[in-house]
Amino acid sequence: MTREEVRATVLHVLGDIAPEADLATLQPGVPFRDQLDLDSMDLLNVVVGLHAALGVDIPETDYPRLATLDACVEYIATRRKP
Amino acid sequence: MADFLMPILGADMTAGTLIAWRKQPGDRVSRGDVIAEVETEKGLIDVEVFASGVLERILVAPGATVPTGAVLAIIREDAPAPAIVTAPPPVPAAPSLPAPSAAPVAPPGVRGRVSPLARKLAAQLGIDPATVRGTGVGGAVTREDVERAGAARVSPPAAPPARPGIDPARMRQTIAAAMTRAKREIPHYYLAHTIDMHRAMTWLGEENARRPVTDRLLYGVLLIKAVALGLREVPELNARWRGDHVEASAAVHVGVAISLRGGGLVAPALHDADRQPLGDLMRAFRDLTQRARTGGLRSSELSDPTITVTSLGERGIESVFGIVYPPQVAIVGFGAILTRPWVIDGAIGPRPVVTATLSADHRVSDGHRGGLLLAAVERLLQSPEAL
Repeated sequence: MTREEVRATVLHVLGDIAPEADLATLQPGVPFRDQLDLDSMDLLNVVVGLHAALGVDIPETDYPRLATLDACVEYIATRRKP
Repeated sequence: MADFLMPILGADMTAGTLIAWRKQPGDRVSRGDVIAEVETEKGLIDVEVFASGVLERILVAPGATVPTGAVLAIIREDAPAPAIVTAPPPVPAAPSLPAPSAAPVAPPGVRGRVSPLARKLAAQLGIDPATVRGTGVGGAVTREDVERAGAARVSPPAAPPARPGIDPARMRQTIAAAMTRAKREIPHYYLAHTIDMHRAMTWLGEENARRPVTDRLLYGVLLIKAVALGLREVPELNARWRGDHVEASAAVHVGVAISLRGGGLVAPALHDADRQPLGDLMRAFRDLTQRARTGGLRSSELSDPTITVTSLGERGIESVFGIVYPPQVAIVGFGAILTRPWVIDGAIGPRPVVTATLSADHRVSDGHRGGLLLAAVERLLQSPEAL
């Protein structure tokens, strides 16, 4: 899976959680929490959504590494490498 | 026969619009089934039936807006039973705001009696008093009637809806009416207590490491459970104010304040929160949050809360002093879990702490009893594995 595909999946998951958000204007380096007004429940749902879509098992201690779109893509791409 | 009524889903709900019927005449219905969809200030709500039998007749067509308490349909019950409750107990209005169905009410426009205060307020709000339903003596229009008419007035949406069926301007008016009433009628007292969360957070970290992604817990669910269990020790805070007396509730239905992105909030119930294991409570909390934000709350979830818990810690807020949501008599608030210097065995060290607050109705309880609730919450959070 390419980084672009991972990126598209993350955006898809975010779209399900915050359907009212305009993801086209999402800044990849700024935390989701600040841009989309996400709370802990939403962020948990992001992790659950990524798990369902990509099969990645993300330990809770790694949640801080998923704060932005760029960080998320980087983390997942690294985790998925054999 | 049982009447299926337009439910009262909040202290200041006056009317609702029937959107769709989920059952048709002749269909069997069981207590708890969702049989209609209603649009309110809180969005689209699935309305449950409180009798079992056959849907005999539908009296209100989709699209119609009717006052709370209006009969929407008739249910032919399976077996006659004495004094059957056919609707959720109506949220009692305070003495100045009688429930619409409680007294004979003159239809709009057939009386001329308007109190001077009501007339003045109506002029300010741009409301014709002749169109307002009067609940005062002899059907006179009172100030409260005008306030309710103002709150119920449909405004054009100012922004795109935060979720389907939600009109932010209308929700704002509803919150304004409920909170104004709370501040006018409920003599609040306020308590705050800082609680050491070291044990709870350590346990939670270990517990979540063992749980699959889909079953992990948020610390908020520990706080909700601790409040729910603590209420068993101070039951008068788990209650509703019935106009001139308090009615304690045997069941603990914790209303959880859920903010909607773009503004507004709802506080639907986590039913029997004191009896649910943490995993179940977390699943229910996730599901409730999802439905609060995307639609599909059930009528019982809006009418049942016996206390509210609000957590404003998401952005680091240290403490929140809530306003009691009538007819409830207490609200517990939590701020963020922050690392602070703390004295442990005579030495200062860093510790995760949370500030718990209680706002409560002084007509019903005193500060000492309120303090016992916060003390119980603190004690319960020191044994998270037992929650």
